[in-house]
Amino acid sequence: MKFSIYRYNPEKDSKPYMQDYEVVLQSTDRMLLDAILRIKALDDSLSLRKSCREGVCGSDGMNINGRNGLACITPLAGLTEPVVLRPLPGLPVIRDLIVDMSQFFKQYQSVKPYLVTHSPAPQKERHQSPQDREELDGLYECILCACCSTACPSFWWNPDKFLGPAALLQAYRFIADTRDESTRERLDDLEDPYRLFRCHTIMSCAEVCPKGLNPTAAIGKIKAEMVKRMV
Amino acid sequence: MAVTRQVFDAVIVGGGGSGLRAALQLSEAGHSVAVFSKVFPTRSHTVAAQGGVGASLGNMQEDHWLWHMYDTIKGSDYLGDQDAIEFMCRKAPELVYELEHFGMPFDRNPDGTIYQRPFGGHTQNFGQNPVHRACAAADRTGHALLHTLYQRNIRSQCQFFVEWMALDLIRDRDGVVVGIVALEMETGQVVLFQAKVVVLATGGAGRIYQSSTNAYINTGDGLGMAARAGIPLEDMEFWQFHPTGVAGAGILITEAVRGEGGILLNALGERFMERYAPNMKDLASRDVVSRAMDQEIKEGRGVGPDKDHVLLKLDHLGEDVIHKRLPGIREIAIKFASVDPVREPIPVVPTCHYQMGGIPTNYYGQVVVPRGQQHAEPVPGLYAIGECACVSVHGANRLGTNSLLDLLVFGKSAGDHISAWLKTHPEQRDLPRQAETLSLARLRSLESDEPGESVTQLGAEMRRVVQHHAGVFRTEALLSEGVDKIRVLAQRANQLRIVDRSQVFNTARVEALELQNLMIVAEATLVSALARQESRGAHARDDYPERDDREWLKHSLWYREESRMAYKPVNLQPLTVESFEPKVRVY
Repeated sequence: MKFSIYRYNPEKDSKPYMQDYEVVLQSTDRMLLDAILRIKALDDSLSLRKSCREGVCGSDGMNINGRNGLACITPLAGLTEPVVLRPLPGLPVIRDLIVDMSQFFKQYQSVKPYLVTHSPAPQKERHQSPQDREELDGLYECILCACCSTACPSFWWNPDKFLGPAALLQAYRFIADTRDESTRERLDDLEDPYRLFRCHTIMSCAEVCPKGLNPTAAIGKIKAEMVKRMV
Repeated sequence: MAVTRQVFDAVIVGGGGSGLRAALQLSEAGHSVAVFSKVFPTRSHTVAAQGGVGASLGNMQEDHWLWHMYDTIKGSDYLGDQDAIEFMCRKAPELVYELEHFGMPFDRNPDGTIYQRPFGGHTQNFGQNPVHRACAAADRTGHALLHTLYQRNIRSQCQFFVEWMALDLIRDRDGVVVGIVALEMETGQVVLFQAKVVVLATGGAGRIYQSSTNAYINTGDGLGMAARAGIPLEDMEFWQFHPTGVAGAGILITEAVRGEGGILLNALGERFMERYAPNMKDLASRDVVSRAMDQEIKEGRGVGPDKDHVLLKLDHLGEDVIHKRLPGIREIAIKFASVDPVREPIPVVPTCHYQMGGIPTNYYGQVVVPRGQQHAEPVPGLYAIGECACVSVHGANRLGTNSLLDLLVFGKSAGDHISAWLKTHPEQRDLPRQAETLSLARLRSLESDEPGESVTQLGAEMRRVVQHHAGVFRTEALLSEGVDKIRVLAQRANQLRIVDRSQVFNTARVEALELQNLMIVAEATLVSALARQESRGAHARDDYPERDDREWLKHSLWYREESRMAYKPVNLQPLTVESFEPKVRVY
């Protein structure tokens, strides 16, 4: 199978280049990650992140034939050759397929992604109805792979000011949680020309999310909450 | 190479569930803590846990911590230490409520309480019938738990060193642990971290097996560090084979599938667990189910062209239950087995999943070693928690849901114990001179111009040997041949060479260092398994099919030096209740 992979090692390359590889696959190689590891066995300088190899840790996000996805759950069968692999777009490249995600995590951390409560905790669990809990479905499952934010043109232009779809999905995850007691502060914090309102509903985020989540919908719900409190 | 130094109260190696739980306890108490992780914390392998966390909340049925304790002891095949097991099971509800208060998105019952499901080996009233004890967030409990703990650590402003690999422990002349040597992946620089306390929370080493549910990062780094520092590894012959890994792919299919009513079928369409465990059936403990599956396959009732797996049927649960309670499983089955479990069964096979053994500790998380007449004396300055530790609450076989519980209970317990200790110990001890020498030598050797070994090839050979010689069923002949082979491989691991010599994010270097740690774990496993001449829990010897409490009701200790074995007694004395005496184990 043929591959064309983005290579850049800051210690020796003045600029990035594409390197071609051809590799013989085994019958057990099912996913793109399996093939990349065959290549890495031949060329140990090829660098990428990887861990769970089942699509739940979010390590191996990359741009695959022009589309962001996780290598470990992208079937080899559907890929056209040569398979073109590039780092996630819009973030600084550290080396090869490894990008610097500091900005992405900073935005995530800035939405206070934890439950805020003022009332004293009960002896046992805080109660929540199954219906209220269902509001969190499609939100809490995010794996922070950054496929969405790095597919978002608004995030490319303003990665320091616009929170990006992943962080906004988490912002809404806590707004939607009936146990959280700081909805007003959370909405105040998003009331800003950039942080939330740079989303132009292009929907690239929902299209590429490897977990099938829909940040655009969550962003819409945040906007609806803002309208609701104005009237 | 100039080596810089940083100073902290406590250094935690590992950013998974146990490391984050301990970090939270320490950072909220105001101590300066540094958490080291090879990956961004939410990518740690805790994220892959699916089914639930065990606690006798009794939300859906009557339950009691004492029943949980009994189940855990019986599950451990009586090798678990009963003081630690009582400690864990009593604390369980408090730790789960706490997690809920942190924001964990548990599934709910109509009355608003946490949803609980049945799980293998968990019973009401000392073995009478299955009980709903596993507190669940769909089939993504580990993901929800790990993210919740990381989020809480953002709140407490804990300091993380992300994409750093710890290389070695630093011990001073008195044997006190005073810090670590660590490698920053992004720059390739090596830094000394001086600390009053070091906590190892590096998870398991399931990557010693060819077929494993474990992530690539599960390479036993903490075990390698401990063993190189002269600390023994406990009960390393006990590896859990999870009954339901996707055949061929090794990806985990949670026991929650059977908890929700799924069943195992052989080639004849027969629900064979009824023969092996008449009472608990498909919800017998994991060692029992895995052996039964292996037996079915061995006797020719396996499924598929090679008759090498069995089937996990769950279509009868209905699309609603699958969609609501097992959505992740459906995703995995479609992606990795090309079957939609709403209509077809999933092909499954026993797959290496969990390391019951590890670095010996007590229930405060202190690492303990034999000294003089004492068999469990703390190593000053060193703690271990989570899968890399052996407390031992899992003994010879862990019950499902007890791993998430273990990392919560002992993460917090270690945090509290360290916090109290730090308050009375303001002084840092001096680092010994040239503490980095051995680590740097190991790094240099990888780049030597002498001919050497390829990481990929040696790793593959090691996984093949462990898989073949230390699988579900073991014999003297298999194991002793395996020991000979692994010793040769371990020697060769001293001559690993990498081609890539750059400093920036050199993953070849990291993988070589990981393989050296794995090799230590593999040797410990084979040597300990050969020595234990009985069958207990996950260690099944065809040549010694019975449990032998007279000779072998004791913990193994493997020392890297001379690859020598020693033993220490099992603690059969709980903290406040009567001891559970070893009995024949029937499910």
